[in-house]
Amino acid sequence: MRRVRTLPLMALLSLLVASALLAGCTTMPAAAPVEQAAATEAAPEEAAAPAEAAAGAALAPTAGGFPSKAIQIMAPANPGGGWDTTARLLAQTLTESGISPVPVEVFNVPGAGGTIGLAQLVSQNAGDPYTMMMMGRVMVGSILTNQSPVTLAETTPLARLTAEYEIIVVPANSPYQTMADLVAAFQADPKSIAWAGGSAGGTDHILVGQIAKAVGVAPEGVNYIAYSGGGEAAAAILGGQVAAGVSGVGEWADFIASGEMRPLAVSSAERLGALPDVPTLTESGVDVVLLNWRGVVGPPNLNEEDKAWLIAALTAANESEQWQEILATNGWDDVFQTGDDFAATLAEDNATISTVLKEIGLIE
Amino acid sequence: MLPLRSFASLRLGVKVGAIQKEKDRLFGGDIWANLVNGFSVVLTPQHLLFVMLGVTIGTAIGVLPGIGPSLTISLLLPVTFGLEPISAFVMFGGIFYGAMYGGSTTSILVNTPGESSSVVTAIDGFQMAKKGRGGAALATAAIGSFFAGTFATLMLMLMAPLLVRFALQFGAPEYFALMLLALSAVTGLAGQSAPKAFFATLLGLGLGMVGIDLQTGQARFTFGNLNLLGGIDPVMVAIGLFAVGEVFWAAGTLKRTFEETVTLRGSLMMNREEWRRSWPAWARGSVIGFIIGVLPGAGATIASFLSYNAEQRFAKGKAELGQGAIEGVAGPEAANNASAGGALVPLLALGIPGSATTAVMLVAFQIYGLRPGPLLFQQQADLVWGLIASLYIANLALLVLNLPMVRMWIKLLDVPKPVLYAGILTFSLLGVYADTQNTFSMVLLLALGVLGFLLRRYDFPLAPVVLGAVLGPLIEQEFRRSLAISVNDYSVFFTRPLALVLMTLVIMSFLVPLFNAIWKASRRRAAVSAGAVGEIED
Repeated sequence: MRRVRTLPLMALLSLLVASALLAGCTTMPAAAPVEQAAATEAAPEEAAAPAEAAAGAALAPTAGGFPSKAIQIMAPANPGGGWDTTARLLAQTLTESGISPVPVEVFNVPGAGGTIGLAQLVSQNAGDPYTMMMMGRVMVGSILTNQSPVTLAETTPLARLTAEYEIIVVPANSPYQTMADLVAAFQADPKSIAWAGGSAGGTDHILVGQIAKAVGVAPEGVNYIAYSGGGEAAAAILGGQVAAGVSGVGEWADFIASGEMRPLAVSSAERLGALPDVPTLTESGVDVVLLNWRGVVGPPNLNEEDKAWLIAALTAANESEQWQEILATNGWDDVFQTGDDFAATLAEDNATISTVLKEIGLIE
Repeated sequence: MLPLRSFASLRLGVKVGAIQKEKDRLFGGDIWANLVNGFSVVLTPQHLLFVMLGVTIGTAIGVLPGIGPSLTISLLLPVTFGLEPISAFVMFGGIFYGAMYGGSTTSILVNTPGESSSVVTAIDGFQMAKKGRGGAALATAAIGSFFAGTFATLMLMLMAPLLVRFALQFGAPEYFALMLLALSAVTGLAGQSAPKAFFATLLGLGLGMVGIDLQTGQARFTFGNLNLLGGIDPVMVAIGLFAVGEVFWAAGTLKRTFEETVTLRGSLMMNREEWRRSWPAWARGSVIGFIIGVLPGAGATIASFLSYNAEQRFAKGKAELGQGAIEGVAGPEAANNASAGGALVPLLALGIPGSATTAVMLVAFQIYGLRPGPLLFQQQADLVWGLIASLYIANLALLVLNLPMVRMWIKLLDVPKPVLYAGILTFSLLGVYADTQNTFSMVLLLALGVLGFLLRRYDFPLAPVVLGAVLGPLIEQEFRRSLAISVNDYSVFFTRPLALVLMTLVIMSFLVPLFNAIWKASRRRAAVSAGAVGEIED
């Protein structure tokens, strides 16, 4: 009697187990064919782009037979952040434009500015060409501030993909009309300017530190307010809770377009095409240029053949129409670099960032 | 109800004309015509199928500990690449709401909340289940969620622009005061001993401190362990203390104690009395949850605790709270659902994600080449109104799906205990691993389980630990942000009007129970000295 009564419950529990396995399982090879079929049903303009790109043939596997199963990109952060977004867009491009013969998937290893993911890549994936990691300039800083025992020197740099310049904004009703106004107030009373941006030691914080140094304010005297995401910082600026805000150019583009934030300066060397009226920091008398980039590294000890294949795949992805469109939509620059050039950039940034972090007082 | 009154007066303070202008700017015309359009977009077999799929998956992950909507949506993203955006978003909407429905089930029946937002539900829900009113508790949670979800969707539709302006008034001092108000809920979770509750809260606040400090980038309480740099997720604290702790507790006492649980007493559904008591709790929970949801960064857990706090002050059956009062389930369950709807307000109106789940939805927007932001309502009217329409449908679908399931869930109590607890342990570990992809988190979960066992052994309440872990980092960060922005001027908490209102509420909510206790004690003394023994019972 009892067995009969619990039967539907058992059926439901097994359904739950099945869905748990589906949810817990990050490898979804079945996804690829579904996408192809469903793409034909999608809105015409959406379907057109992948169909065209798919005409290009997939990269042939290496002599060693790589790849023969799904490739994974680790996003060393929670779903929803910049690395996660970029990783997912890259996976989408590699799969949909037909560059990769195998599915490309994204998984998240959140924590500690990406250093948890980095430690995992180096310790568990050495020599494994099926795992790449999305990362960026911010990781260089978090390795320093977290005193991470594992550094990027142990990884195999594959490609630098996107770059975004930083922008300095003030609330629409702010008294500061130009960067010079803001700098003057900053010099007069450094603490009176509360700068909102991302987490301490990140790119936004480093930019503020560099600005301070350039205009003769002691970097440790900067009143920097860290928010855990661009959204929270945006809310603080829109509500006039802080004097100024710093972020990637793309993140607040809509608030700038709708007039709710006033852009004062960008961190590029020359004015940006998308914001022709916004002067650079250099033009405004602050001698700072900062480029925030994101890229992909592989685990240690990759064999040359597999490394070359991955670089070729990333190069093809970068050249694809789909990726160029993604760059345009998000306001990202194409700063493509591979292998040794990318490794040189890493070393150079490491030196700059560690100097600034010392001056801000975050590391010794 | 006090917080609500203050919010209401604020709302009235805004000029009506300005609201209308703002509404027109955002919505581009008539709301109702847009909504009809939204329904016409969604009411196709294909989209309805995705809504159904979403609510089913959502309910399932809500029931499973550790697997939350943000993880699920991010795992489903690649599967939805080729779909029309609207199909994907109506499914995500269903998952988002569904997860909040499912979360209460295990809380109520086996005292093992699967997310931090249903911790508070376990307090009275589990007591109800023990008394044989588990069916009624599940029903009030489901109907309350429907009520709250529909209310939140309606408010999202009608008031989004105005509410966004209101949310932006919240600076660091206001958030700090709000978090303190939520912390004051602990006075009602004390149970037998106030000092023990105080200790449990401090323990929770301490757990919340672990990891990298956002303002300085320095590691705290990590003992050189890289895995602790990211901090301890409050969800993990909830699952570890409650679910895993419950398993250990059961393993330790199963053979010795014979606690007879009653599967069912009276009708399966709510009786007339329970309906009468649920209504006001749903209403309070909906309003509180929605307002908290709109504020970026506050979230469903805080909404549920604040709602419980409100029930302690205003519910008819407040004396019974803690021993299985239906208001203790109805209010918080309505609140966590309403906060899900509220969190969509800053996402759709400003492109600001207010929670982990809405952050993932933001990525989904970007993957489809859409940029949520001040212009989304105009540029993607079909999508936004389709999403809003689908939320109404998802809510109805969830009610239809969940009410009949009450009958089935209640049988969970008949499952042999060893099987049940083995299942809970497996799913908890699986869920936590799926979320972090890191074996360390499983060790941490078991360690928290041992902590939960010990706390229970020595009669410490567990809910304040979770509350502390959720609020600790927020209180600290907002306090330091307030002082940094005001350049170390402490008056900032009392000179800004909104902050002052909230701080007054905080002080009252800490002092009122204290005065009550003193008053009662003195009355008792007076009664005893007068020899009027019969009047002691109050």
